[in-house]
Amino acid sequence: MTKVAIIGVGYSGYAPLTPHMSFKEMMFEASKRAYTDAGINPRTDVGSFICCEEDLWEGISITDEYVPDQLGGAQRAVCTVSDDGLVGLINGYMQIKSGLTDVVVVESHSKLSNVLSQGDVTRMSFEPYYERPFLTAETAVALEMRRYMFERELDDDIPAMVVAKNKKNGLGNPRAPYSAILSMDEVLSSPMVCEPLRKAHIPEPADGCSVTVLASEEKARILVDQPVWIRGVGWFSDTPWVSQRDFSKAVYAEGSSKMAYKMAGVNTPAKHFDFIEVDDSYGYKELQHLEALGVYTKENIKRAVEVGETDLRGPLPVNPSGGKISLGDMVEANGLVRVVEAVLTLRGQGPRSLRGAKHALVQSWRGPPTASGSTVILEV
Amino acid sequence: MRRVAVVGAGMTLFRHRMLETGKEMAFEASRMALDQAGLDIKDVDSVVLGSAPDAFDGVHMKGEYLLDGAGGTRKPYTRVFVGGGTGVFVPIAAWWQVASGVADIVLVVGEEKMSPLLPHPQYAFWSIFDPILERPLGVTLLWIFSLEMRRYMHVYNVSEEDIALVAVKNKRNALDHPAAQLAANITVDDVLKSEPICWPVKRLDVSPTSDGAAAVVLASEDVARRITDDPVWITGVGWNVDSTYWTNRDLCYPEYLEKAANMAYRMAHISDPKKEIDFAEVYDPFDYKELHHMEGLQLARRGEAPKLTREGVTQRDGDLPINPSGGLLGVGNPIAAAGMMKIAEVFWQLRGEAGKRQVKKPVRRGLAQAWGDLMQVGTVVIMER
Amino acid sequence: MESKKTLPGTPITGAEWENEVYSFRKHSVQLRYAWDAGSAVSGFLEGLKEGRILGRRCNRCMRVLVPPRAFCERCFRSTDEWVEVKDTGKINTYSVSYVNNDASRRDKPLIVAVIEIDGASPGMGFLHVLGEVEPSKVHVDMKVKAVWKPRDERVGAITDIKYFKPLEV
Ligand SMILES: [Zn+2]
Repeated sequence: MTKVAIIGVGYSGYAPLTPHMSFKEMMFEASKRAYTDAGINPRTDVGSFICCEEDLWEGISITDEYVPDQLGGAQRAVCTVSDDGLVGLINGYMQIKSGLTDVVVVESHSKLSNVLSQGDVTRMSFEPYYERPFLTAETAVALEMRRYMFERELDDDIPAMVVAKNKKNGLGNPRAPYSAILSMDEVLSSPMVCEPLRKAHIPEPADGCSVTVLASEEKARILVDQPVWIRGVGWFSDTPWVSQRDFSKAVYAEGSSKMAYKMAGVNTPAKHFDFIEVDDSYGYKELQHLEALGVYTKENIKRAVEVGETDLRGPLPVNPSGGKISLGDMVEANGLVRVVEAVLTLRGQGPRSLRGAKHALVQSWRGPPTASGSTVILEV
Repeated sequence: MRRVAVVGAGMTLFRHRMLETGKEMAFEASRMALDQAGLDIKDVDSVVLGSAPDAFDGVHMKGEYLLDGAGGTRKPYTRVFVGGGTGVFVPIAAWWQVASGVADIVLVVGEEKMSPLLPHPQYAFWSIFDPILERPLGVTLLWIFSLEMRRYMHVYNVSEEDIALVAVKNKRNALDHPAAQLAANITVDDVLKSEPICWPVKRLDVSPTSDGAAAVVLASEDVARRITDDPVWITGVGWNVDSTYWTNRDLCYPEYLEKAANMAYRMAHISDPKKEIDFAEVYDPFDYKELHHMEGLQLARRGEAPKLTREGVTQRDGDLPINPSGGLLGVGNPIAAAGMMKIAEVFWQLRGEAGKRQVKKPVRRGLAQAWGDLMQVGTVVIMER
Repeated sequence: MESKKTLPGTPITGAEWENEVYSFRKHSVQLRYAWDAGSAVSGFLEGLKEGRILGRRCNRCMRVLVPPRAFCERCFRSTDEWVEVKDTGKINTYSVSYVNNDASRRDKPLIVAVIEIDGASPGMGFLHVLGEVEPSKVHVDMKVKAVWKPRDERVGAITDIKYFKPLEV
């Protein structure tokens, strides 16, 4: 079966507010860039369009109604995968692998600035009988954070160091609106939201749209000089019941990465990658995810952070883009936002210290209260 | 492209309001489908779920909520969504997982629990419209379908009596379906005299709101040959979405459905669908939609479907049986589950397991189709023995 | 399937529901949004405030798009210029609604229609309601004209047009 490559990326927004454009106009801008990057005409060259979104983040039910025109997909095969953008990309990968088509467009976006009731929307994602009366996103996260830090014997300074690192990484990324020089002390003195979760741990909401163009090997070699190959994909869900999870580990990240490693033939993930983009919500999630990916262990993760192994110039840069902490929370677009970052870095358009990088891993998580996530392995 | 088979199907009752939660209904349908396939949940590589707007259940990210009921715990699991077209699209999204070699056995679940929304499930549909240009007018879902029905009647000179024949046929067919919510022996006159809701749409032209779930199991060729003597192959899949701007299209004919069908026909090597499709489960949330869809699928020429219906061609014992299950008009319309019910019906018909619903002529190839969004999505699956 | 006499599921009757024979957990929520209208729709709403209907022209396919948009979905390019169209048109299709959006019955039926606006490209319809006419008098292809709210009541919304009424009597 054919190999599958990413041959074009595009983006727009990536800002706290985007009042000058509707979500349609934001999608139009991002997709135009991706099509130009890939050298394709969406009206003639694309077999399928996939969009990742959720009704209540849009404030429109059956929100896929409002998708085709601005992607160039009217009267074409368009669908919604109600999941993180990375899962959309994985479905596009499978469409090409199956022989159904040879060019697929994957889009995801956030207009969180338009959602005035963000807390209410998140609360509606909790199970209505047992969980919704008690839990909010912050309490659910804090419960897990406490247990994870307890089991790994982590002090408050460790998640704070992750936040500071990613805020700083973002300063080198022109697309990261929340990048900053932020000291560990500043993180630790930010207001407590729900112990041990502080305001500075929580990624700030952002608007933005990411688009990727996928192609079969044959098409990729004709269309672009620098295809980025998708070598492995995985997606996985743990139990939906918050109180029944093993808070010490990210089962979904473990399951999705095992699937992707098997496909890509990766046996020693700790040595395979030149850099990694993982979900870094609340600081501690970056650590929990790195463990689940088999890149670090519960024994050595703390030290890795303390000695700066995951820093931009360390032996294994993690979130060189600045991560969700610097790019902002773009809900279902989070995974695709990071794919765009990883593709640009693999093409040598990212941080200078990562020129020549060949192997990357992108991992994403759907955010609270879910335990669902996905992993993609990229290579040039 | 690996061959993909359907190896089991299951469904719950369809009713206006059920005691079971969405999770529980998804479980019941999934369990029945796995039982028919002789498989257990541990055999399943991946799960795909379909469910229509979150507004019905009042649950955001409804796919995550339904996860354990659909058998997705600690598995690759996802949800796909193309409005009312979802039911027939979920098996398509599962098809490419198997066809690509990523999975061997995929559980496919359609679930809908419309009853929780108060004061009425219809209210959810207000939020499908453009918030700036359409919602301020107080638009309802019934408006747009009655506008489409009126346009279809005008362009092809179709009468309300012609359209009512579809409701009469499907509700009668549903008398033989054990899940049916609105099976009945009614007359054309009953339909014409039923209460007008949004003229030309009357009470008996419309399918009900429902709770229910349905599931099927897909398998790769190796697995299918191992576990059953009687696999049903998915030989064609197609889908297509038209422009959002529904007021800018001529509603008399569904071009997007023609394109979706052609995608599936090409894959299944079908050049003359009218001759090569033995029977079809087409989407019938309104009676006129059955006619509209037969034409979009090119099972009838434009404007010809009412004539075929009058002549009895679409009856269970006719030359081209349409909706032998009883359709959404008779069995009920829990949206994503209703489309999956059609997939299950084609599977049972092709295996000769439809009991009293079994169509009279021998069948080798059937088609299931669904439709949705702003009269904009067509989804098509072709299955063969 | 037929061997299975009864399918799973426990229906609840209307009476059982009314009397709350089973337990329910109720949750009421009002979600609030503020959708960015974007450049095309903003211009359109400004036009309505002034009593004008505006479209956008695509200079490749030469279509005048109403309601206007920033891009042409057929050519996949930005649209080029604003065009004022007429506030008259003809009925493409219509219906008579007896129910509200929560399925309750209306006191008085409402006539809704897709109207092809004069000056827009063929088929460029527009959803609105009709007034000053009996349902039985409406027909496909009937000529209609917008009835505007008084200038000081217009706020830049689709409801600045009260309804469309027949041109012919
Ligand atoms: Zn154009």
